[in-house]
Amino acid sequence: MSIIPAAVSRFFHRTASSPHFYALADRFIPWLLVIFLVLLGFGLYGGLYQAPADYQQGESYRIIYIHVPAAWMSLFIYVLMAIMGAIALIWHMKLAEVMLISSAPIGAAFTFIALVTGSLWGKPMWGTWWVWDARLTSELILLFLYLGIISLYGAIEDKRSAARAVSILALVGVVNIPIIHYSVQWWNTLHQGPTVGKMGKSSMHPSMLVPLLEMAMAFKFYYGVVVLQTAKLELLKRESTAQWVKNLTETSE
Amino acid sequence: MTLEEFLYMGGYAFYVWTSYGLTTVILLYYILAPVVQRKQLLRQLALKQKRGQR
Repeated sequence: MSIIPAAVSRFFHRTASSPHFYALADRFIPWLLVIFLVLLGFGLYGGLYQAPADYQQGESYRIIYIHVPAAWMSLFIYVLMAIMGAIALIWHMKLAEVMLISSAPIGAAFTFIALVTGSLWGKPMWGTWWVWDARLTSELILLFLYLGIISLYGAIEDKRSAARAVSILALVGVVNIPIIHYSVQWWNTLHQGPTVGKMGKSSMHPSMLVPLLEMAMAFKFYYGVVVLQTAKLELLKRESTAQWVKNLTETSE
Repeated sequence: MTLEEFLYMGGYAFYVWTSYGLTTVILLYYILAPVVQRKQLLRQLALKQKRGQR
């Protein structure tokens, strides 16, 4: 610890303390919300109205503007949770535990959205609601991982040991993430390959691509709002007898 | 493009609008639920505190 300058260390501990985090979250949420709504407006206008129809899939492809960003979020949130799990296990940082468990419901929701919108897109395009394709199956396993984390946390009374168990599960489950990502390349089945490539190799026209990226960013800011709101609730639940919570209930009256 | 054409979605209205509608409902729920639950919890805690003071 001595190599970390005292000022940085102080900042870290101050930020990580519950009442300080609670107040900080309150300051951030309105801004995240505004940025989310602006990006959402641009993304929906561009995706549903401005972008032309697909030459093969017609108007049905517009499901992409929620399906793909939701699927990205399902992976992004899980990786964040695994990182939080590692931090929680190594440094016993309470805030990392809170952020991990606060991310699980919204991560499960995005996974569910990706699966259902994929199904609603698959029916008219593939002629089936569901196939046991590698991409679909591994994404379904991701949903079960999220649900497993939520129920494991709920099942253990002591929240510190619950958080430790959940951190381990989150870390173990992270092996599923590269499987989901590369599934369309490893197993050539029904789900199409990636449309959006890394660093400008996308096969999408900018008029279709820009709204997709706007929606993806919008969902990230949405997640920011939800995870902070949920973390605030979780902190209150965990520390309901602490002095800072008592001060909070007094001022809120 | 007329509004009807827009809503018709080239014949894919059911699939497109179900996707968007369901997503809207889910995202609204998850952004509102923690706020509502926190308000309830704070109210309960305040009540408990009052009882404790008597």
